Amino acid sequence: MRHTIAALVEDKPGVLARVAGLFRRRGFNIESLAVGVTEKEGISRMTIVVSGDDRTIEQVTKQLNKLIDVVKVSDVSANSVDRELALIKVSASPQNRAEIIEIANIFRARIVDVARDSMIIEVTGDEDKIGAFIDLMRQYGIKEVARTGKIAMQRGARSLE
Amino acid sequence: MRGADAIVKALEMEGVKHIFGIPGGAIIEVYDALFDSGIKHILTRHEQAAVHAADGYARATGRVGVAFATSGPGATNTVTGIATAYMDSSPVVVMTGQVARALIGNDAFQEADITGITMPVTKHNYLVTDESEIPRIVREAFHIAGTGRPGPVLIDLPKDVTTAEIEFDYPEKVNLPGYKPKYSGHPRQIKRAAELIMKAERPVILAGGGVILSNASEELTKLAESIPAYVATSLMGKGAISETHPLSLGFVGMHGAKYANYAVQESDLIIAVGIRFSDRTTGRVSDFAPDARIIQIDIDPAEIGKNVGVEIPIVGDAKLILGELIRHINYRRRKEWEERIEGWKRDYPLRFRDDGGLKPQYIIQKIWETQPDAIVTTEVGQNQMWAAQYFKVKRPRQFITSGGLGTMGFGFPAAMGVKTAFPEKQVVDIAGDGSFLMNIQELATCVDFGINVRVMVLNNMFLGMVRQWQELFYDERYSATCLKCKEMSFEKIAEGFGAVGMTVEKPSEVEDALKEAFEIDAPVVIDFRVDRLENVYPMVPAGAALHEIIDEEV
Repeated sequence: MRHTIAALVEDKPGVLARVAGLFRRRGFNIESLAVGVTEKEGISRMTIVVSGDDRTIEQVTKQLNKLIDVVKVSDVSANSVDRELALIKVSASPQNRAEIIEIANIFRARIVDVARDSMIIEVTGDEDKIGAFIDLMRQYGIKEVARTGKIAMQRGARSLE
Repeated sequence: MRGADAIVKALEMEGVKHIFGIPGGAIIEVYDALFDSGIKHILTRHEQAAVHAADGYARATGRVGVAFATSGPGATNTVTGIATAYMDSSPVVVMTGQVARALIGNDAFQEADITGITMPVTKHNYLVTDESEIPRIVREAFHIAGTGRPGPVLIDLPKDVTTAEIEFDYPEKVNLPGYKPKYSGHPRQIKRAAELIMKAERPVILAGGGVILSNASEELTKLAESIPAYVATSLMGKGAISETHPLSLGFVGMHGAKYANYAVQESDLIIAVGIRFSDRTTGRVSDFAPDARIIQIDIDPAEIGKNVGVEIPIVGDAKLILGELIRHINYRRRKEWEERIEGWKRDYPLRFRDDGGLKPQYIIQKIWETQPDAIVTTEVGQNQMWAAQYFKVKRPRQFITSGGLGTMGFGFPAAMGVKTAFPEKQVVDIAGDGSFLMNIQELATCVDFGINVRVMVLNNMFLGMVRQWQELFYDERYSATCLKCKEMSFEKIAEGFGAVGMTVEKPSEVEDALKEAFEIDAPVVIDFRVDRLENVYPMVPAGAALHEIIDEEV
């Protein structure tokens, strides 16, 4: 079972190494990890996708909480909005360019760069949507993919703090 | 003042009286500042020993122990000491020198990434990048090391941070939003626990090192008496209740007494206090105490249910929770259960074969009879298990051993730390020949500083515990366990360092040698030439359940 864990951490040198090291040392498997600053100065938010049974996830949460630089940990798997962003560089000739743009439009993806025989498409959404879009692009020839990893937030008025 | 002066000032503010360490180029400025301080520095002969000494000091006193080392090899030498303290939750602050900030990352002379290296074995660590942060970081380090579930904290000090000028402003409070240990237990959980205890017919208290760390042995003993329930401990929990108390079962696990293991296996309720259910304590975990419901009290939420399923968890400080729990307990004797346990105690006492040879168990019995109030440290292996079995510990912080990491070479420097804290007390390191050799250089420190510890070497010229496993499980194929040093004399080695050495070969010599050793005003090493093939029994083979415990014919 996959879980999405959100952690507020103090923005200090080494905090990423501490979190990554904890996962490695305890044998937890990170599927994706995204880090960014928050509305609060000095606090960053990590979103970690991890797979394991309930006991493993409980240990992940508790062990993360023990790190001094980790301020708050929450399992945001349920009842939440999650998004990922991907940049896809795809081969595009003058002949099939229109076709690609049409698919991109259906996915509400954006063309962010066009060159003579390729273009870069930006797509946001949940994992399934991005996966489906990448699958459709394969027929044209994918040159490069960059994905951010998932970020997530729980619905409703309550916040992580 | 210099950063270095600020460090020493901060240590004084924290009430530090002793530091164990070795100087070097990167930490020379701090040593210069230390020269004018009232803090006493004990110059060890290896950085690993400095950390073990600080650790022993911390375990014996309950205060934070402090060790210094220089950068690079000095720092990496501390790692085993730090990992030892981490596994046993011992409050230690280690300060290491580091190359100047501009050189970090350049593979400079004596550079090692010690914060990176020690990340998995410290409760927290710091690389000081701004000299103005020194007071705050030292304050935080002591707070983190000594509160909640204690543990080691390392501070890495780049050389130019120690030479820079700073304003000294020591913060009164620490502000750590990510660190708020929970001390008081949940009242409803405590009530539920009390109800479960009163319903139980075969309750056993299982006490771990957390009881010692929390100074809760008085409350624990009271709880045991007010239920009443027998108490088994882990190796780290020795001293949580006096082992001469009628309700004490001694320690449980791989080499615990049969009656302790049987009592735990047959119980219908385990009241676990400050114990983490390690594999050495539980045996095969799937068959651990099959009928028992479990109440677990621990200050570390991550320990709850980590290794065994728990019915009632109570997170918080053992002393506070036990104090509260006792108030909800009504006294009710469980005659049938008492009789079964007393029967096991009668039928399966700890015992060893008396065939005229010099038996290690006999030596430990005699040490206990001669100095029952001595503080005992141990090395790791057979010596440790015999010490745990035959030295009946009467109070907390009297038995100091490397339980989690199992560090050979721990006991002797740890004894140095203990003796430094309590110069008026007898401090004994129960050692094996293999373990003692791993930090034997500290004899020089003991002689130099007049630290008069007593090292009892149970010398079987083997790495005995590994040899025992080879005998029992590997068809007596003694691969690399024979130390073959008949010609080597610990007596002469001790004398070479300026300490006093003795050799004992016969049981009849033991008592006199011990009496003499405890009166000598110098560090003493006794080389006991014990029966080489003596094994530790009883024993739960690795991977077996606690009741599948084997014994030898006597």
